[in-house]
Amino acid sequence: MDARIALRVDGVERTLTVDTRTTLLDALRDHLGEMSPKKGCDHGQCGACTVLLDGRRALTCLAFAVAYDGAAITTARGLADGGKLHPVQQAFLDHDALQCGYCTPGQICSAVGMLDELKAGHPSHVTQDLSGAAELTDDEIRERMSGNLCRCGAYVNIVAAIRDAAS
Amino acid sequence: MKPFAYARAVDAAAAVAAVASRPDAAFLAGGTNLVDHMKLGIASPELLVDVSRLPFDRIEQLPGGGVRIGAAVRNSDLAADPFIRARYPVLAQALLAGASGQLRNLATTGGNLLQRTRCVYFQDATTPCNKRRPGAGCSANGGYTRYHAILGASEHCVAVHPSDMAVAMAALDATVVVLGEHGERHIPLADFHRLPGDAPHRDTVLAHGELITAVDLPDLPFAARSAYRKVRDRASYAFALISVAAAVDLDGGVIRDVRVALGGVAHKPWRATRAEAALRGSPATAESFRRAADAELCDARPLPGNAFKVPMTRNTLVAVLAELAAEKPR
Repeated sequence: MDARIALRVDGVERTLTVDTRTTLLDALRDHLGEMSPKKGCDHGQCGACTVLLDGRRALTCLAFAVAYDGAAITTARGLADGGKLHPVQQAFLDHDALQCGYCTPGQICSAVGMLDELKAGHPSHVTQDLSGAAELTDDEIRERMSGNLCRCGAYVNIVAAIRDAAS
Repeated sequence: MKPFAYARAVDAAAAVAAVASRPDAAFLAGGTNLVDHMKLGIASPELLVDVSRLPFDRIEQLPGGGVRIGAAVRNSDLAADPFIRARYPVLAQALLAGASGQLRNLATTGGNLLQRTRCVYFQDATTPCNKRRPGAGCSANGGYTRYHAILGASEHCVAVHPSDMAVAMAALDATVVVLGEHGERHIPLADFHRLPGDAPHRDTVLAHGELITAVDLPDLPFAARSAYRKVRDRASYAFALISVAAAVDLDGGVIRDVRVALGGVAHKPWRATRAEAALRGSPATAESFRRAADAELCDARPLPGNAFKVPMTRNTLVAVLAELAAEKPR
């Protein structure tokens, strides 16, 4: 069954008709040609499809597009300001924080959302004292990024890139 | 995936009426479990009623103490709430031990309670499963049982409930607020999920069409001294092998009151009433903690692949109680 929806993708209003079964990920890739969110596992286990959904990091493979009519989505591509890369994007390049690159757009969106959560005072599983604000230690980065898998194992440099971008 | 119609609920009563009137209808909130089940072919609703935009997204302190958590409150927002962190740290810790940042931003309080088991056979539509199809048989019995139950299971189902949040809520004497066609009812969280018995296809006591609108936590001042410990195969982003939620009220060196619940051990969050009874009035010593753990686990019936869960649960419970007893009062 079809539904007409509107999405604001990387600052641009888009309208499209989707079958209700279409995930946000498939709507972005197959309907709108936005290829930076990647389809890894398609079951919410790998994080490759992560975008910023109304400002917060979220998986697009476990979301039906029809339920997000009117949402604002920022993909990894949309994080760049024209030719100028977002600091997290630049840090991934500077630290060689990737090998094949397939998980990278999801990693970058997740890192941007994660740093916002930290700024808003959200604790994590490894935050020792829930009453205070968390510091961005490497343990905090690893825990907060655990929803993004990297099959190439570029984790060491991903942690370094995020630490650098946050400072 | 089978085609389905989608409707956005305008209010809770309309949502309940829409789902209750159609056996093939289901509520949709965060979708992190249901959408996956629809992809896997183990759920195939023909109508989804989207309740994610209903106004149940607030955390409100109740006049008599305690707090009401709206069913649509996101797991990440609940874990970050300053009042929850200060008064019910066990709940914040349990939420933060579950899933990933991206999932917690989508997953809701109501949906978390209603998530279904991660038993690999349940999630694999090609294998027999009494939870998916009553009478089909249980593939886990005699299969891979590392993640399965040690308490309260039946010959029909040995699956465990996967939620961390619900284990903390069971320890905190939470109440689930539910709206049905004939009005509202309040269900103690400890009675909300079922043991499998001969009807493992029913996870909870909810009737079709009943909608969770909130979870209430009672005022429990001593829960400021509470903790959640999860043991799993990875340091992060994995379901529990076993988990322990506990809160301790100390009077000098004596346990005045205590709350304990276990996760990863049964078809429901397991409120450890026997351990609690053994602890009340006892000195806060390692010996008391071990005796309490043994009292709870004496009926454990491990499967060939998960006998390790009995000592693991015992040791974790003893460790959590010892840590809480040593903690300075807040």
